[in-house]
Amino acid sequence: MPLSLRSFGTVEEASAALKAPNARYLGGGTLVVRAANEGDLTFDTFVRATDARLRNIEITGSTVTLGASVTMAQIVKHPALAFLAPAARAVGGPAIRNMASVGGNLFAPAPYGDFAVALLALGARVDVGGKTVDIDRFLATRDESRDVVSAVHFELPKEGAFRFAKVSRVKPKGVAVLSIGALIEQDGAGAVKAARIALGCMADRPMRAKAAEKALIGSMLTEDGIAGAAATVGEGTEPITDPVASAWYRAEVLPVHLRRLLLK
Amino acid sequence: MAKKVPLQITLNGEERAEFVESGSTLLTALRDRFDDTSPKGGCNQGTCGACTVIIDGELRLACLTLAEMCDGASVQTTSGMAKGGVLHPLQRAFMEGFAAQCGFCTPGMIMAAKALLDRVPNPSRDEVIEALAGNICRCTGYEPIINAVLEAARANSHNAA
Ligand SMILES: Cc1cc2nc3c(=O)[nH]c(=O)nc-3n(C[C@H](O)[C@H](O)[C@H](O)COP(=O)(O)OP(=O)(O)OC[C@H]3O[C@@H](n4cnc5c(N)ncnc54)[C@H](O)[C@@H]3O)c2cc1C
Ligand code: FES
Ligand code: FES
Repeated sequence: MPLSLRSFGTVEEASAALKAPNARYLGGGTLVVRAANEGDLTFDTFVRATDARLRNIEITGSTVTLGASVTMAQIVKHPALAFLAPAARAVGGPAIRNMASVGGNLFAPAPYGDFAVALLALGARVDVGGKTVDIDRFLATRDESRDVVSAVHFELPKEGAFRFAKVSRVKPKGVAVLSIGALIEQDGAGAVKAARIALGCMADRPMRAKAAEKALIGSMLTEDGIAGAAATVGEGTEPITDPVASAWYRAEVLPVHLRRLLLK
Repeated sequence: MAKKVPLQITLNGEERAEFVESGSTLLTALRDRFDDTSPKGGCNQGTCGACTVIIDGELRLACLTLAEMCDGASVQTTSGMAKGGVLHPLQRAFMEGFAAQCGFCTPGMIMAAKALLDRVPNPSRDEVIEALAGNICRCTGYEPIINAVLEAARANSHNAA
């Protein structure tokens, strides 16, 4: 089927063009061009916005703004985002990272979406359709979204507060068995004051482990302190099954990897 | 019929212009319009790396890149590496180190290796492995390829010294 590409200078124009049922936004193209190559007939028009601001990484005070077209490679290289580099580096191989965008990762179905897991743990806010919404809400409603995502924002975490792990069978590049992001705030004595834990491959898209978050409050990050979180981290999960791992396997190893991440 | 759009690129240092179908990939454009068959179509899914090229200095997959997005860009492929009949050190190291068997993965491997050596002239073995992580080889078992890249880096630094 003939395909075409429509480029627009502004996000607003691209958003308007995206309302057509046969249109799909083109980010880095690693998923959407692949879909076209595989004969996906649900769209025949790629739409993109060329506004250069979409490629900007801005840090104002403690707030980070990543334009939707920022690539994983840009994040890996950014000196102030070293804490996020492991999550960006988790996406594909070197060529994929030069193409894969932040915006596209927010839409990537499991087993993809490793970077979105990190953003969910960070409690990012997403600029979409002229509004700013919590990433939790964005992920829950993304299938219905027909707007362009223009940027994400989050606060720089305190030193050591953010942790990320992607578990895969093939190193250095492999599809995730699962991925976990955690943002943990501790008091002076080391007891957990607040926690956000995000999981990848535990549903069709990144999800929070809310029971485990709750179980961590007031606890120390010790084998005993995290036992409650490890015991409840699977609550509400519906892991995917794919050639890499079965849902059963993913559920079995999830507490093990959460424990390793929290004791790191 | 798909709409035709003009595409102007600098392909291996040479200004080239062709009409390509809107929505077609750079891989199709290079192979079918620009007669450069060095990038291979292995999977058309981004998984094999056989179509790897360098666009404006960055490693990319031609099978997942729309041709018209490359208008005005500089594209490097393996067919542009030999100069005046003399093989590039990477090509020579691949040949001498038996790093190519069927050769299908070779142009992509060489592009990925070139992108690494352009940035890191003397990489460690782990850096080479990381740089080639997006490229699959069904023949060699990878060791000869990794060794060839390290050998080319050594040959380069000898030449520079
Ligand atoms: C070989 C290979 C390996 C991969 N490995 C990984 C991996 O390890 N981890 C991982 O997380 N992912 C992986 N991916 C998936 C993918 O590369 C990433 O998820 C990437 O971040 C997607 O971004 P993109 O810009 O390429 O998206 P695109 O393909 O351009 O878009 C993906 C979807 O998002 C929509 N979209 C994109 N940007 C916007 C926007 N700004 N506004 C609205 N809608 C938008 C598109 O319409 C499309 O539906 C891999 C893909 C391949 C081909
Ligand atoms: S053909 Fe492009 S990665 Fe396989
Ligand atoms: S030499 Fe045959 S695929 Fe690598």
